[in-house]
Amino acid sequence: MHRLAKVFEELAAQDRKAFVTFITAGDPDPATSLEILKGLPAAGADVIELGMPFSDPMADGPAIQRASLRALHAGQDMHKTLAMVRAFRETNETTPIVLMGYYNPIYVYPVESFIAEAAEAGVDGLIVVDVPPEADDELCVPALKAGLSFIRLTTPTTDDHRLGAVLTNTSGFVYYVSITGVTGTRAPDLEAVAKNVARIKARTALPVAVGFGVRTPEQARSIASVADGVVVGSALVDTIAQSLDDKGRATELTASSVLAVVEKLSAPLKAA
Amino acid sequence: MDPIAETPLHLNSYRTGPDDSGHFGLYGGRFVAETLMPLILELEAAYEAAKVDPSFHAELADLNAHYAGRPSPLYFAERLTQHLGGAKVYFKREELNHTGSHKVNNCLGQILLAKRMGKKRIIAETGAGQHGVATATVAARFGLPCVIYMGATDIERQKPNVFRMRLLGAEVRPVISGTGTLKDAMNEALRDWVSNVEDTFYIIGTVAGPHPYPAMVRDFQAVIGQETREQMLAAEGRLPDTLVAAIGGGSNAMGIFHPFLDDASVKMFGVEAGGKGLDVPNGHCASLNGGRPGVLHGNRTYLLQDGDGQILEGHSISAGLDYPGIGPEHSWLRDTGRVTYVSATDREALDAFQLCTRIEGIIPALEPAHALAYVTKLAPTLPPDNLLVMNMSGRGDKDIFAVAAHLGMDI
Ligand SMILES: Cc1ncc(COP(=O)(O)O)c(C=O)c1O
Repeated sequence: MHRLAKVFEELAAQDRKAFVTFITAGDPDPATSLEILKGLPAAGADVIELGMPFSDPMADGPAIQRASLRALHAGQDMHKTLAMVRAFRETNETTPIVLMGYYNPIYVYPVESFIAEAAEAGVDGLIVVDVPPEADDELCVPALKAGLSFIRLTTPTTDDHRLGAVLTNTSGFVYYVSITGVTGTRAPDLEAVAKNVARIKARTALPVAVGFGVRTPEQARSIASVADGVVVGSALVDTIAQSLDDKGRATELTASSVLAVVEKLSAPLKAA
Repeated sequence: MDPIAETPLHLNSYRTGPDDSGHFGLYGGRFVAETLMPLILELEAAYEAAKVDPSFHAELADLNAHYAGRPSPLYFAERLTQHLGGAKVYFKREELNHTGSHKVNNCLGQILLAKRMGKKRIIAETGAGQHGVATATVAARFGLPCVIYMGATDIERQKPNVFRMRLLGAEVRPVISGTGTLKDAMNEALRDWVSNVEDTFYIIGTVAGPHPYPAMVRDFQAVIGQETREQMLAAEGRLPDTLVAAIGGGSNAMGIFHPFLDDASVKMFGVEAGGKGLDVPNGHCASLNGGRPGVLHGNRTYLLQDGDGQILEGHSISAGLDYPGIGPEHSWLRDTGRVTYVSATDREALDAFQLCTRIEGIIPALEPAHALAYVTKLAPTLPPDNLLVMNMSGRGDKDIFAVAAHLGMDI
């Protein structure tokens, strides 16, 4: 069975919600990033979103853009990101990994080899922010054929009419972006989130995870009360940034402080 | 995918694009995050409605005539022609427009659309500051608050325009993310737009971005070519033979080229920023001559990028040409071979800038100075009856500090 489906099913059976973590591959350097990645499941991550760094991440805020740039400066590229997933899979066969990013690095890889190598490396799904349903033929459909899930973002501006287009071909889970805006800049409004999650769930049997703006255990708990999963990204990326020395290099604290934040934020979801 | 294979081989017209999904062959499209998608669809619907509304065109024509000062003259550059010894060189004088460049053509069109859509706030990106000034100008004219995103590096090299925008009441927000140039300003403007979806209208300054921007901006700029056509017919009794325009994102070039695309006798040259030379890695901004197809800012087009698909900043002496992409329609015109794309270096542009100033008494912006640099090479190879029109897209007042610095002079 597909790792993503399995995780959501197991969690549902235990009446628990998924804790989904986002980090950028190669941030702040390839070795530290792999150490963090390997530590995420034990710290509480049920699903891992691994960012594929891009120089121009238009839908992300400053924190995640800086993470991308740190990774790129440290020499990260798509080959290394896929190698990182392979290295993770050497010791973990169960935690789903979803690669998240922008189309251009995939487009020039090119698409066909990227999809084949991602599937072979042990990637479970893709979130590609700037490929809308209108362009499904070029990335989404080939990815689905290769057995990868294609997870789509829905947003507060996705009206009922568009929701149909967005949900077609979406698989794995639906990622509801709780704010109009870029990552990490605003706090989500719970009532609106609940309403929108219900609106999405009325149209699909897929689990719905909610992200963009979750920073505290309280927010995680309240989002979890209205969704199937909570995504935390900027809070982790900020923790990485704060742990660096004045030359921007990783310190002994980098991996441990990020994993500590994962433990803290995921705790409310484990207590159920 | 092989871009050439995607291009229809037997075209009846080069002027029918884009298709319904915003594609020019392989290029263009709507590669945006879902947050933006409904906004872009709304904009497209509003633009389609405006396009067939005579009152929209009447209002735009009135503003073009009485506010922007159109039509801009088609000027026979007699001394330059003599100096070069070849083609008969004309300038399309877009630098005489209100605000000093072609950018106002597009801004007037888009602000009228913003008004129709009931939007209450205007945002824009700018590189050289010409689009920022034009946007701030029309925002002042229509009483709308306006935020201009401008790279910190560009703010440094285009100070007069920054001051102009502030005088016009715009808030200029320096962009320090990324490399602090035009592409980052565009990222920042897109981020603003997704964060303020209800009330904000984003006036993109060139024929790039997601559909419908490339087609819409082209349509508003096509007045340049339409006038050129009439003016040349009046002056010489026939169409021009050669068109030359500088290429940043490609709007002034598309504006003058588009009305002539189906006139097979008219040859067209787009001049990219060759910077320090096309052989210098990351030393130029020639997306078509030194880039590869990719996806950025909502469309597929030729981009300056590394092997991993990361966008390069490029380099040009001209802040207005310093963009790692190019409008998707140009990518398509390149692949079809209808337009020839060449480049001019910083040095060549500076030389042309000085030549034009001295012998025509026109201080060109550094952007059209690139076009002129190519004209100085091309014109001497053409016969005297070849009618060549260069788009003088802007005036050089904004550039005098940068030029002085390059020439080692104090102002
Ligand atoms: C005078 C002038 N010409 C040309 C350009 C380049 O833009 P485009 O290629 O869209 O005409 C600019 C951009 O700022 C400009 O100010």
